[in-house]
Amino acid sequence: MPTLKIDNQDITVEKGTTVIQAAEKLGFVIPRYCYHPGLSIAGNCRMCLVEVEKMPKLQISCHIQCADGMVVNTETERVKKTRQHVLEFLLVNHPLDCPVCDQSGECWLQDYYMEHGLYESRLDEPKVKKQKAVPIGPTVMLDSERCILCSRCVRFCDEITKTNEFGIFNRGDHSEIGLYPGKELNNKYSGNVVDICPVGALTDIDFRFKCRVWYLRKVDSVCNGCSRGCNITLEVNTERPQHGHGERVMRIKPRYQPEINQWWICDEGRYGYKPIDHGRILEPARRSSGPPEIISWEDAITETVSGFQRFSKRSKEIAILLSPQLSNESLYLAKKLFSEKLGLDQIYLLSPSLEGSQDDFLIQADKNPNRKGAEILGFSEKESRIQELMDLVSSGKLKGLYLFGQDLVSIFTHRNMSEALRKLEFLVFQGTNSNLTSKMCHLILPSASYAETEGTFTNFEGKVQKFSQALLPIGDSRADVEIICQLARKLDFDWPYFNTEDVASEMQKKVPAFQNILASAPAFQEPFEEKVSK
Amino acid sequence: MEKLISQFFDIPDAHLLPVYLEHGGYEAAKFMFQNLKPQDVELEVKKSSLRGLGGAGFGSGMKWSFVPRNTGKPIYLTVNADEGEPGTFKDRFVITHAPHLLLEGILICAYAVGIHKVYIYIRGEYEIQFERLNQAIQEAIEKNYLGKNILASGFDLEVIVHKGAGAYICGEETALLESLEGKKGFPRLKPPFPAAVGLFGCPTVIHNVETLSYLPFILKRSGEWFAKLGSPNNGGLRLFSVSGHVANPGIYERPLGIPLKQLIEDAGGVRSGRRLKAVVPGGLSASVLTASEIDVKMDFDSLRAIGSMGGSAGVIIMDDTACMVKALYVTMRFFGHESCGQCSPCREGTGWVSRILKRMVDGHGRPSDIDNLLDIGSFMGGTTICALADGAQMPLLSYLKKFRSEFEYHIKEKKCDLEIQMTEVR
Repeated sequence: MPTLKIDNQDITVEKGTTVIQAAEKLGFVIPRYCYHPGLSIAGNCRMCLVEVEKMPKLQISCHIQCADGMVVNTETERVKKTRQHVLEFLLVNHPLDCPVCDQSGECWLQDYYMEHGLYESRLDEPKVKKQKAVPIGPTVMLDSERCILCSRCVRFCDEITKTNEFGIFNRGDHSEIGLYPGKELNNKYSGNVVDICPVGALTDIDFRFKCRVWYLRKVDSVCNGCSRGCNITLEVNTERPQHGHGERVMRIKPRYQPEINQWWICDEGRYGYKPIDHGRILEPARRSSGPPEIISWEDAITETVSGFQRFSKRSKEIAILLSPQLSNESLYLAKKLFSEKLGLDQIYLLSPSLEGSQDDFLIQADKNPNRKGAEILGFSEKESRIQELMDLVSSGKLKGLYLFGQDLVSIFTHRNMSEALRKLEFLVFQGTNSNLTSKMCHLILPSASYAETEGTFTNFEGKVQKFSQALLPIGDSRADVEIICQLARKLDFDWPYFNTEDVASEMQKKVPAFQNILASAPAFQEPFEEKVSK
Repeated sequence: MEKLISQFFDIPDAHLLPVYLEHGGYEAAKFMFQNLKPQDVELEVKKSSLRGLGGAGFGSGMKWSFVPRNTGKPIYLTVNADEGEPGTFKDRFVITHAPHLLLEGILICAYAVGIHKVYIYIRGEYEIQFERLNQAIQEAIEKNYLGKNILASGFDLEVIVHKGAGAYICGEETALLESLEGKKGFPRLKPPFPAAVGLFGCPTVIHNVETLSYLPFILKRSGEWFAKLGSPNNGGLRLFSVSGHVANPGIYERPLGIPLKQLIEDAGGVRSGRRLKAVVPGGLSASVLTASEIDVKMDFDSLRAIGSMGGSAGVIIMDDTACMVKALYVTMRFFGHESCGQCSPCREGTGWVSRILKRMVDGHGRPSDIDNLLDIGSFMGGTTICALADGAQMPLLSYLKKFRSEFEYHIKEKKCDLEIQMTEVR
């Protein structure tokens, strides 16, 4: 365990720790471009040069390992002057097209210029021209002129996805990153190269020109795209609806979580935010025959309750279909209401989506964020149970069905599902987005999406994670927890819960598996994250 | 004047094995296998104070002692024949006229370090040399100077020749290793050094062609004898590639420590009627010397002491017809073209500097240019992974400092003060 001195502070670190890491432990963030804690060391940007006593040359702190008795200075005149020159070198051929660059506002060239540059420009030579605005795959746009050749993207595709799309071509100041012949950047994690690109060389085609980054509000959340539960930041724009075609969620970024996703997320999760603003059910509605009729929440709750009262005593006639998309809190409360209070025994769990692809990195085949949570509460989706339910529906014995977002018509295409559903007397749909099945239901209760509410998900490994509310519920939609509470009150049950927090505190006491909520990791370990966010 | 390597330059067909054998070829190897243990060879080479003649001047025996012997991995020898330093053409001569001398040197080094596989990375443009080397290897295998159980010693050695594709940077030893491994020639971060983690992740010794070619002489005579040929701590002779404005440009094998003045005289002196203006003493990367500095001894340490370097011993003589602005522009354009592009200061700096110099050459220089160039130059060197930027920095700063008035004239008068003289010469 070497002990060294960095800027006059002593620190003892594990053998093999680099100076840049040791400095971070002391709270000094040595400026860097090519260094990324999740990738191998390239040492090419030369921004992290520091002075080490007894070494004549400045040393790159990302590569030099701490040694006993080492004395490091990160802020001497020589270091500062060199940093300034490195920045100047990086900007020699940079086009300075910040006004039309999406990276503006979160660009490390801009930020470091303000922090370490601030020199008078003396550049008067023509710049090297390179290719601009090249779509290098379905999700990423390359601008070679803005590139500082830090090689983070190259290393990401070599080391993390092992798909090896990128190379560095040509030499000297004509060097460019690019794709190997016949390749396109189209792997399952392509979008991460945009996150790790410290400049505007790689921008997100999906986000391009939608909104200036300084208008974004960032909220910690957990991806609901699969059972991994990657930590994400929902970046939303609510104050300037003129930007981003009226959408509120502008983009999703990964949030560092060492125990789950490190620095990364998959593209499926990254671009999976569209349903938050599209295809939403906005108002409670009733349908008998003909088009649906918008009704008040009061009426919707009253009519739902009267349905329960019609069937609940003959409980075999009604079934509840819970979803592994629901939060632990919603499921806990649903169990309380449907099982304990109403005494129903036909409560099933049904995923609204089919199994998808899986890999050995982050992506899980189960596209639900909370199947484990549902299982802990006693709800499982076994083939036999689903068969039983389907038989029940098609037999005509079932009179009432309460769905939580599942599109039965699309899931069970091989059965004449619409025919069977039409026979039901009482079909309730509580969900976020409309689908073929919701269009057949007698009562439609619009619920808030995960971005519009709060709660916890339990990932497939049993890790419980909290997600926060980023947006107000769209239209007249309400959180699932709130809808269940209203139903319970209308049914005159003794019901001490008013919001998710009330449920959470009781649930955590009663269900040990939900007690340990995984702590959010400290801010993403990149220099500017802290300043931009919140 | 004693000739060692260069004696073969004058012998017809010295590249053929029978001729080489006639002139004492492979005798050192035979002697070694019969009488010496590997550590004896290493000791002898240490005594010779043979320095790395590719440019860095690192002690050769010392290099061997850094190689870990018991890692369970093979040890490789990589021969740097990617002679690319402008002004240097000695290895071309060695391989053309004495490929077996190089192979014998390889054999000695391999035996001393315990190496059984050798890669010769040869400059792509060296077509004839590539053929001669392969031919020599074939001859050597046939006569059991290479291959299995060499000369009944029980020692095996395989030699593979690999052609470079024209990048200057692949002469940098770690870029060379990358290139040899089939990757883009990017110099590696150090540590680890190639002695510990080199080719294919294995311990690797890297030597220049010329360095290895002196080994047979050291074993035939002695390390002490070789050391005495040179100057203290700079053992033996070396091949100076003398080019430019001298009467007889060519290869001159001279002791390390020969005064530069003497070397120029040996090459016939500055061409008639002209005055010496500047000398690049050790390949294009070395700081330029003025006519008043030619008393310097041409060994590694003496040249370093006056702020230049021995480098690859590519000695470029410039007389008073040379425009230093143009010379520096051509130099910097070369480094800009050959920078691998990894490190920001080198990638951007070399190109930027050459564009400023181009503007100056074209008559659009500005008074601020000189100080800007000095400032840019001083932050290009010492801040990068490899020494290419240092090699660009040395000429840049030295030309500007030593010939500042010429640059100032160019900026002020928007033309070269030599133009009239130049036309006269032509």
